Amino acid sequence: MTKDNDKDRWDEKIDQNLRKVFQSKLDEDVPDKFMELLAQLREQDDQGSAHGK
Amino acid sequence: MANDVRPVDPREAVVEHLPAMRAFAASLTRNSAAADDLVQDTIVKAWKNFDKFKPGTNLRAWLFTILRNTFYSDLRKKKREVEDVDGAMASTLSEKPHHDGRLAMADFEKVFAELPVEQREALILVGASGMSYEEAAETCGVAIGTIKSRINRGRARLAELLELNDDDGLELTDSATMAVLNSGMQVRKTGH
Repeated sequence: MTKDNDKDRWDEKIDQNLRKVFQSKLDEDVPDKFMELLAQLREQDDQGSAHGK
Repeated sequence: MANDVRPVDPREAVVEHLPAMRAFAASLTRNSAAADDLVQDTIVKAWKNFDKFKPGTNLRAWLFTILRNTFYSDLRKKKREVEDVDGAMASTLSEKPHHDGRLAMADFEKVFAELPVEQREALILVGASGMSYEEAAETCGVAIGTIKSRINRGRARLAELLELNDDDGLELTDSATMAVLNSGMQVRKTGH
C-alpha cells in the first residue's frame, strides 16, 4: 500500500510547516523592551562587579 | 581583567538568541504576549545564573533549558489561567475558513496548538530549530528515546488532525473540504 509513502509525505509537510511557524517568529523584529532589559542588566552588572570578582 | 582584553562575554551573545527564544516560547505558550513575558523572565534568570554557564558550550541550548524550566514552573503555578487560555484557543479552532483552499499555515498552527506541550516542544526543537535529538534531549532533561517518541507521536497526531481537514492527501482543494473545516473539524469523510 502507500502507507509509508503517505507517512513520508506527511512528515515532510509537517516539517516544512514547523519550520515555517518557527521562521515566521524568527523573522519578527525583536521588541525594544528586550534590548532595554538587556541594557538594564548590563548596567547593573557594571555597577555591581566594577571591582572584579 | 581590563575591559579591552576581556574574552567574548556570553552575555553579549544573548541578543543573538532572542529571536529563537521568542519562537520557542511562542510554541510553548501559543500566545505571543505570554511568550514575550516568558522570554523576559528567562533573560533575567539567565543573567543571574551566568556563572553556571560553561563558556564554549551551547548557549542557545542553555537558554532554551532555562526558558522551558521557567515555562513549566509557571504552568504549575498558574494552572487555572492556562486552562482558560486553552479553552479560549479551543473555541477559536475552527473559526477561520480557507481562502485559497490550501493547507494554510494558520491551519497548521491551529492543529499544532492542540498537541500536548511536550510534543510541541520536541517537534519545534528538532523539526524546526535544527537541534539534534541529543541537544533536544539535554534541553528537555529527558532521554533521547523520549524525545524521539514524542516527535513520532506528535507527527502522527498532526497528520491525523491535518488529514481531517484534507480530502486528497496533502492539500485542501475543494469546497467540500472547507465545509468539513467549517463544521468544526469533526471526523467526517466527504465523498463526492
